[in-house]
Amino acid sequence: MTTTPTTTVPHVNRPREVEADAAKDDSQLRQKQMISGHFEKLATAKEDGRKVAYTFVPGNLTELMLALDMLPVLPEINALQSGMRKLSGNYITEAEKLGHSEDVCTYVKCDIGMMKSGNIGPTGTKLPSPDILLLSYTGCFTFMKWFELLKQEYDCPVTMLHVPYQGDGHITPEMRSYVVGQLEREVIPALEKAAGKKLDLDRLSELLERSRRAEDDLVAVWESAQHRPSPIDGYFGGVYYIGPIFSAFRGTQDAIDYYRMLRGEVEERIRKGQGPVTPDGDATEEKYRLVVEGPPNWTNFFDFWRMFSREGATVVSSTYTRVGGLYDTGFRHDPKDPLGTLADYCLGCYTNLNLPMRTKLLASYIEKYQADGFLINSVKSCNSFSAGQLLMLRELERKTGVPGGFIESDLVDPRYFGKANIENRVQSYLQMLEARKTRASA
Amino acid sequence: MSHAEVAPNPQDPALPVLERARRLVDDLRFGEVSRWKERNPGKLAIGYMPIYVPRPLLEGIGCLPVAVFGGGDQVDIIKGDSFYQSYICHIPRSTLELALNGSLDSLDGMLFPSICDVIRNLSGMWQMLFPEKYASYVDLPQNFDPELGGRFYVLDLQRILRDLEARGAAKYDPERLRAAIRAENSRRAALAELDLLRVKEPFRVRASEAYLVARTGGVLETAEHERFVREFVAAARERAPRVYDNVRVLVRGSFCEQPPLGLIKTLESAGCDIVDDDFQLGLRYIEGDIECGPSDDPLVALSNAFLRRGQATASRYIGDEEKGAALVKSVREVEADGVIFAAASFCDPALLDQPMLETALDRAKIPHTSLKFAENTGQFQVIREQAGAFSDAVKLWGSAA
Ligand code: SF4
Ligand code: SF4
Repeated sequence: MTTTPTTTVPHVNRPREVEADAAKDDSQLRQKQMISGHFEKLATAKEDGRKVAYTFVPGNLTELMLALDMLPVLPEINALQSGMRKLSGNYITEAEKLGHSEDVCTYVKCDIGMMKSGNIGPTGTKLPSPDILLLSYTGCFTFMKWFELLKQEYDCPVTMLHVPYQGDGHITPEMRSYVVGQLEREVIPALEKAAGKKLDLDRLSELLERSRRAEDDLVAVWESAQHRPSPIDGYFGGVYYIGPIFSAFRGTQDAIDYYRMLRGEVEERIRKGQGPVTPDGDATEEKYRLVVEGPPNWTNFFDFWRMFSREGATVVSSTYTRVGGLYDTGFRHDPKDPLGTLADYCLGCYTNLNLPMRTKLLASYIEKYQADGFLINSVKSCNSFSAGQLLMLRELERKTGVPGGFIESDLVDPRYFGKANIENRVQSYLQMLEARKTRASA
Repeated sequence: MSHAEVAPNPQDPALPVLERARRLVDDLRFGEVSRWKERNPGKLAIGYMPIYVPRPLLEGIGCLPVAVFGGGDQVDIIKGDSFYQSYICHIPRSTLELALNGSLDSLDGMLFPSICDVIRNLSGMWQMLFPEKYASYVDLPQNFDPELGGRFYVLDLQRILRDLEARGAAKYDPERLRAAIRAENSRRAALAELDLLRVKEPFRVRASEAYLVARTGGVLETAEHERFVREFVAAARERAPRVYDNVRVLVRGSFCEQPPLGLIKTLESAGCDIVDDDFQLGLRYIEGDIECGPSDDPLVALSNAFLRRGQATASRYIGDEEKGAALVKSVREVEADGVIFAAASFCDPALLDQPMLETALDRAKIPHTSLKFAENTGQFQVIREQAGAFSDAVKLWGSAA
């Protein structure tokens, strides 16, 4: 799941006036350069002798891969990019023709369809095949199946990290030492073998220190949404903010610079009393403050965003933007305990929290960001997110007294984005919030 | 060409045991568990979801492990549907229905093994909906090194023991656990006899009968279930031989949500002798005995059995060997002519595995077909036609083409 668009694609889709305006949005430009630079490196990886690891966003071990000079490829991000570029429908059909069920996660099918169609990545160049599959099994059962499927396609080793689920609502010492043990005894040796070099723990610590610094700034960006108006949209806009840190850049100076720059821009917006950027330019009013649970739809991302932004609804916080790391409850990578901190990171990703914890987190966002309502976008693909969301809806309404809305779509399967239906639901929901406000102020 | 479903024959020596099995399986209010609790005051009955939890662990501390397979085709879903979107399989909604309508009141707790994210998330839903009951997720290791996954698993089993002891289960006694493991091995031997009879003489044991007999093990103590299985096997041996012109098939993909009995019978009546399946896989999940000598640590023995002898099924990560190799081996072992994939709709583990298994079968030139079901499917006509066509094709050409 979990995934983050790169700015390479959204700019293409942004309306002309915002496109022109984007010149002053230095952080976006910076992110765009970082991501295209990464794909350029991937395009020449084989010639340059760089080793490539395919891995997942939640529980990703980016610092470890970078410490071994490996380049990460994240199939989920490729899938979402395919969704945004309107290619996913064909890829999914391709996979279904090969015998993949219509019932299962469409990220998997989109990735397989893309691979079978030449493995052309988001920037139009062919992605290198992996030297190793690093299966970080965190928060989603499908990850295991996905890499079992890829293992059949690629002649490369696979190493797996089983990250236990927080079934009882906390991380135990047993879980932590299980993860650290796997890192020490299996994952690191396998990565070292694929990379052809030994891990330097000091270098890993340096990378982790850089991660920590970027994470501080990211949290400041999230927390800026406590202001009125919120200077950010923590869901539609938020998926761009997580781009670097959830993908190939955690632990790099680039990430530090990007988040410092982003934080500066957000603080500037606060000083100017500005709301978030939307697909139609700066938001002009903040009528509703919402919290959102669940991933967005990518095939109609801008249509979906506009259903909110044009009604003056800003998402002040979301859980989807925490799937690749939950920093705003206090976790930071700790350079003094490199493997322990990687374990804590993996164990703490959002979909690795049990349902009571997820519900509690959402309730805390509703309170902290003074939301008028919360909305669940339930995606067909993803049992990890979706199974149990209807109970979360009820519990949240009961606990917070704030009304919830529920819509259904999918990540990258255009067949499951019913635009008119979703738009109706969003509008009715916002009207209900409006009526509630009117009653409260009467 | 194919034999039709056989009406109960009053002369059938296996009829009494089958009728009792049917009553036990159909009783979705778990009367047998209530009776067990009356006979064993103060003891705990602990339910568990598919596929696998180590039942001897529970029996070793005096608890009754109770297999919960949802509501099948016999429960009207009134409340359960309101907890789930239409694109999620059926078993969690019928299981919640049972809990909400009081059918699971005799259970003092529930274990949710790590088979998929639906069951994983159900553990948290249970904690929210039934806070007074014990509800715990069992994170079976996906790392099979005894020093890593094994160690983690043993510590997790100790956690469950501590939790249940705090709720009134007997104090952990290794000797008692060893005895429970011996009883489990003995029951497994009886089930193996039943399986063998089905493979050798499928006309004596229909899959639908074996299904009922095995499923009673979900509510009976191990030793009692073993007697039950042996009684059936003995009676089935008494049956007169019959000859059918059927194909021999394996069924795969029904390890969690169970197909309705009518579906199994439909496959049989369409000309398929189901000589092996993965229904109720938990009872057979460990292949062979759980090895535990008199001085062995029984928790380590349970762990080693899981690590080394766990079946190659969809909920188990298979990284290094060819996915599907185990299935091809099973086909050869039971001399099957083909494989029927029967997965619950929206069952991610089964459906994501299926293309890999199909590839392995194609390479080995083993015919296969696939269907989907929900536990409450009531119409089998399409399935009958599909299975009939499959069995005819296999008989005529040795392939499903
Ligand atoms: S099931 Fe959900 S978390 Fe898992 S890969 Fe699919 S979209 Fe991602
Ligand atoms: S039927 Fe499949 S998806 Fe549903 S709970 Fe069982 S294993 Fe999970």
